[in-house]
Amino acid sequence: MNSPTAQALPERGWINEKIFLGMPFWEYLRSLATPGNFVAGLIMAIGVPLIAYRFIFGLGAATNLSQTNPWGIWIGFDMLSGVALAAGGYSLATAVYIFGLKEYHPVVRPAVLTGFLGYLFAVLGLAADLGRPWNLPVPIFLSWGGPSVMFEIAWCVVLYLTVLGMEFLPPVFEWLGWPKARMWAVRMTIGLTVFGVMLSTLHQSSLGGLFLMAPTRLHPLWYSPFIPAYFFISSIAAGLSMVIVESALSHRAFQSRIDHHVNIDKLALGLARGASIVLFAYFFIKLQGVADGGRWSLLNTGYGYWFLLEMLGFILLPSMLFAYGARNSRITLVRWTAAWTVLGIIVNRLNVSVIAMNWNVPDRYIPSWMEVMVSITLVTIGISTFRWIVNRMPVLRELPEYHES
Amino acid sequence: MNLNRRTFFKVAGAAGAVALGPAKTATASTSDAVVNAGRRGVLVDATKCIGCRACEAACSETNALPGPAMLDDAAVFAKPRTMDTRTYTVVNRANTTGAAAPARFVKRQCMHCVEPACASACLVRALDKTPTGPVVYHKDRCLGCRYCMVACPFSVPKYEYESALPFVKKCTFCADRQAKGEAPACTAVCPSGALTFGKRDDLLEMARERLYAKDSGYVRHIYGEHEVGGTSWMYLTDIPFEKLGLPADLGTYAYSSLTQASLAAVPFVLTLWPPLLMGIYSFSKRRNDIEAHGTDRQQEARHE
Repeated sequence: MNSPTAQALPERGWINEKIFLGMPFWEYLRSLATPGNFVAGLIMAIGVPLIAYRFIFGLGAATNLSQTNPWGIWIGFDMLSGVALAAGGYSLATAVYIFGLKEYHPVVRPAVLTGFLGYLFAVLGLAADLGRPWNLPVPIFLSWGGPSVMFEIAWCVVLYLTVLGMEFLPPVFEWLGWPKARMWAVRMTIGLTVFGVMLSTLHQSSLGGLFLMAPTRLHPLWYSPFIPAYFFISSIAAGLSMVIVESALSHRAFQSRIDHHVNIDKLALGLARGASIVLFAYFFIKLQGVADGGRWSLLNTGYGYWFLLEMLGFILLPSMLFAYGARNSRITLVRWTAAWTVLGIIVNRLNVSVIAMNWNVPDRYIPSWMEVMVSITLVTIGISTFRWIVNRMPVLRELPEYHES
Repeated sequence: MNLNRRTFFKVAGAAGAVALGPAKTATASTSDAVVNAGRRGVLVDATKCIGCRACEAACSETNALPGPAMLDDAAVFAKPRTMDTRTYTVVNRANTTGAAAPARFVKRQCMHCVEPACASACLVRALDKTPTGPVVYHKDRCLGCRYCMVACPFSVPKYEYESALPFVKKCTFCADRQAKGEAPACTAVCPSGALTFGKRDDLLEMARERLYAKDSGYVRHIYGEHEVGGTSWMYLTDIPFEKLGLPADLGTYAYSSLTQASLAAVPFVLTLWPPLLMGIYSFSKRRNDIEAHGTDRQQEARHE
C-alpha cells in the first residue's frame, strides 16, 4: 500500500491532504508535469523577470509609453478590461442573493472567484504601471484627493477587493474544515453583496469617468458625457459573458471537480438572455451619445468605420446572437458569442484608453513586446491561481455536508 | 420575518453612515473677489518677445536644470519644441509665413490654471493649487499614475520615464521665490517687456488697455482670461493664437466641472442602493419562502 517515498513524509498529513491533493509529495510533483503547466511555466519564466526589469530600469526601459501617451495596455487591458471582465462577481451575486434567482447558485462561486482574481491581477498590473506603487497607501491613509475620480476608484477597488475576498470565505472555510467560521462568513453574504453592488456601480462607471477629463484627447465618437454609464452597463454584459465562457471552460477542464447534476447549459442560456438585453441597451445609449453630440458626420471617416465595427460587430451582433441562441437553445453559439463579447469589451476599453486616445497627434503608441509579455504573464498567473484554488476548494460544486435547501 | 427586517436596517444603516462620512465636495467657487485679489499671474505679450530665450536660461538656473541647448543659435526655432523633464519652459517661433509676416515668438510653460485639471485629477493632491497662483507638486505623495498628464489640456506635466524612482516635472511658477516676495526667475530677466508679473486682476486691466488702444493691432482676445476657467499665465498677440501653438478648442469651463456630475452621483448610489436592494431582497425572499412552505395562512392551517 505505502510507497517508500510516502513513508518519508507524515503520512496523509494536512499538507498532503489540502495542498498536494491527497498525493505524496513526489507523486504530486510528477502530476504537475503537464503540457499546460509547461506552457504556463515558460510564460512566467519570461514574464516575471520582465516585471523585475521594469522596476529596476524604469517604465521607459520596459514600455513604449511617452510624454504624449502616458497610458498604455497595462491600463487599457490589465486594469480597465480586467475590472470589466471581473464584473461577473457582483452581477451573479446580485442575481442569486438579492433577486433570489437560486437556480444560478452553482455559478456564483466561480464568478466570485473570477472576480476576486480579476481585481487582484488588475491591481498587480496597475502596480507595474504606477511609477511609485509603494505610495499606494497614500490615497487611503495620508492624503485625500476628494475631487478626483481616480480617488473614488482607488477607494472602491481597495474596498471591493476586500469584499470579494470575504465573499469567497465560505469555500475557503469549507476547504479548511472550519464549519463555525463558515457559518459566520455565510451570514455576511447579503451585506457583502449589497456593499459590493454599491462599490461596483461606483467604480465600474468611474473607470469610464476618468476619460471625462480628456475632451480634447479622446476621439469625439468615444468621448461622451455618458461614458460612465457606458462603462457600467457594458461591465454587466462583460461579467455575464465571462461567466458563460468561464463555466464552459471549467466544465471541460475540471471534469472531476464539477457537480454533474447541474445543467450548466441551461444556466448559460439564461445568462445569454440577460446579456442580450444588456448589450441591446448598451448599443442604444452608445447611439444616443452619437446623436447627442451631433457626431453622425464623423462616422464616415477611418475612426468612424472602426467605431461602427465596434458598435455593430461587437455590440449589436452579439446581442442578436445571444437572443437567437437563447431562444433556440443553441448552446455552442451562445458560448462563442460570449467569447466574442469578452473580446468586444477588451476592444472597447483599448479604444477608449489607447486607440482613440490622442487620435489627432502624430506620436502614436504601440505597446512594446515587454508590455505585452507582462500582460500575458499576469493573465497566466491569474488562470493558474484559479486552477490551483478550484482543484482544492469546493468552487464548482457544493460539498454534500454543506448543502442548503 | 423579524430577522429579515433587522438585517435590512443593519445593512441600510451601515451604508447610510458611509454615505454621510467622507462626502465629496466640489472645489469651491472661485469667483470670490477676495481670492482674486491675492492671485498672481503673468501677462505674455507676444508682440514684444524678441526670442532671446533669457527666460529659458533663467529657468534652468533657478531650477538647477541643464542649461538650454543652442542658446545663441537661431536654428533652435526650426521646429516647435515642447517642455520635457529637464526643460520647464520653451520659446518657440510662431508659424508665420510670407516675407512681410513679423517674427513672433511665444514662451510656453505651465499655465497655472485657476482651476487646474491636473489638481482635480490627482488622487493624492500631489498637484495642488495654492491660493496665490502656483500649482505646486508634492513629490512625496505622488503615485505616478500619470492621470495629470491625461487631464492637462496643455500637455504640461512631464514624466521621468527613464528613472526607476520617477517624478512628474513641470514649471513651479517659482513658488518658493514668490513666497519670498520675488518675481519668478523668467519674468525677472525678460529684457523686452514681453513678460509682466503681477496681480492677475491688474494684468487683465493692463491687457485690456493694450488691446483697446487706438490702432493696437492686437487680436481682441486675452488668451487665458477665460480658457478652461482662466489661467494665471495669459497671452496677447497680433497673429492668430493657433499660430502661437496655443490650443484653440478648449472652451471656457474648468475641467474639474467635467467630472462633477459623475462625482455628484456618489452620495446617491451610497444612500439609495442599499434600501432598494434590501427591498428587492425582502420581496424575493418572501416569494421563495412561499414557494417552499406556502403562505403564512397555509402554514397556520397546517399546524392546526
